[in-house]
Amino acid sequence: QKVSVEVLDHLEHLALVDFRDSEGVERLQKAIQFADQLHEVNTDGVEPMDSVLEDRCLYLREDDVTEGNCTKALLENAREKVEEYFVAPPGNIPLPKLEERETFLQGS
Amino acid sequence: SSLAPWIPVVGLEIHAQISSNSKLFSGSQVQFAAPPNSLVSFFDASLPGTLPVLNRRCVEAAVMTGLALNCSINKKSLFDRKHYFYADLPAGYQITQQRVPIAVNGSLSYSLCIDNKMSQMVTKTVRIKQIQLEQDSGKSLHDDTRSQTLVDLNRAGVGLMEVVMEPDMCCGEEAAAAVRELQLILQTLGSSQAVMAEGQLRVDANVSVHHPGEPYGVRTEVKNINSIRFLAKAIDYEIQRQIEELENGGTILNETRAFDSKLGCTVPMRDKEGKQDYRFMPEPNLPPLILYDAQSLPANMNHQQVINIDWIHERLPDLPSVKREKLVEQYGILPEHSFTLLNEDGLAEFFESVVEQTQMKPKKVIGWIIKDLLGYLKQHSLTVKESPVSSFLLADLLNLLEKKEISSTAAKRVLAELWKGEGKTPLEIVKEQKLELLRDQKELEQICQAVIDGQENE
Repeated sequence: QKVSVEVLDHLEHLALVDFRDSEGVERLQKAIQFADQLHEVNTDGVEPMDSVLEDRCLYLREDDVTEGNCTKALLENAREKVEEYFVAPPGNIPLPKLEERETFLQGS
Repeated sequence: SSLAPWIPVVGLEIHAQISSNSKLFSGSQVQFAAPPNSLVSFFDASLPGTLPVLNRRCVEAAVMTGLALNCSINKKSLFDRKHYFYADLPAGYQITQQRVPIAVNGSLSYSLCIDNKMSQMVTKTVRIKQIQLEQDSGKSLHDDTRSQTLVDLNRAGVGLMEVVMEPDMCCGEEAAAAVRELQLILQTLGSSQAVMAEGQLRVDANVSVHHPGEPYGVRTEVKNINSIRFLAKAIDYEIQRQIEELENGGTILNETRAFDSKLGCTVPMRDKEGKQDYRFMPEPNLPPLILYDAQSLPANMNHQQVINIDWIHERLPDLPSVKREKLVEQYGILPEHSFTLLNEDGLAEFFESVVEQTQMKPKKVIGWIIKDLLGYLKQHSLTVKESPVSSFLLADLLNLLEKKEISSTAAKRVLAELWKGEGKTPLEIVKEQKLELLRDQKELEQICQAVIDGQENE
């Protein structure tokens, strides 16, 4: 069962990954096939586990101010800054629609 | 207009900033105005290698709020990641509680005046679907001239309680009343200061319309509402807009709209990206949040690591509805008076203080508080705390009135003088302006006689 072009396009939009070529897509397909083996296990009546931490105690911190005040250090790696603000583009620049961008997915 | 009636349906998503010293998952400070990026830890900036550590106070705030809203508190709740890209969300996801939130299935009762008459109040209820803990995002300042956005992460990571109200409301007025009551409850609990102007309480409205007997219509989400007054306006505008659109044969898009307060209308928000897919997944760095009650309290656990729901329940303060009932019962005032007293910060305390210091009956005192005191404060945009007339001075004045040393007309004149805040006592003003009521029979007869004599001479 192959992954559809719509799903691949959707993934490229959401995660901003670039499958680049058929090899990338093939790798994805193989990864899904590998994970699908989980379906062979009968899990009827078993509560799903979503974290290996489920039996751990969630540590609660006291409400004290212990961090912050490191503006200089934080801005050190910023390529552009304006008066201690980070600078970003005016808004999200969404990936152009499938028809409008150059991607090998179009050929599929 | 169409023959078939329209039923508007309004639901609300309210984000209340938790009143705490530090953030939900880090130890940086929570404060409204501060130099940009000065209240930001490495975790808040999403630098690699950092991990979330849950703030106990935030959990307590959410439990208190859940209990006050009659919710079931989930003894086990989970944290999830909600993914989307935006410059003020450095991690690329928000930690929230999508699958199992901390509190569910509650209710909030609120009151409305029928026909704008305070004397006729009706009580309504809205169901609370859930309350969840989540992170706030940073702030984006849009600089259109230079085509850039400036990002301040001071707010990133601040704890929020999202309160989801089911679509049980039907108009702007109901939504505004419900939010107002929630605001009072949060302020009474201290779990949030809920000041809308400072972004501590943000409300998004979900609005749709349908004909009776038909399924619910397509809903729109209305954002960017900065006050309770605008909330009512935005909702009523959107209801009207949808009705008109549908009656003209159009359709409603499932979109997000922003309220433009200057124009008094809702406009579509830039939505180039289409419907968002948040790809929710469990937060891998946080185990489930376990809460206890008196029965399930573990014996050998560090008490600082344990949150006991029953312990919190026992210590809840009187909620606004209870406070109002007590005021009505204790002082014999009308229910609508109790609403006014609680609606104004410090007014109930002022009233009680005056009652304590005067012989005048509370039923009479209340008129002076609500009409004269509050009227003046509103006229001059003052809060109760800023009142030039203290409860002591007002009580003093009302005592003179009660002892019949002055008339009520004179009392109003003395009050007018007291507002100037010149430090004079009511008695001094009475003497200065010769406002004492004359009670000496002989003196009164002499004055009347003089007036009559004066008339005869003309």
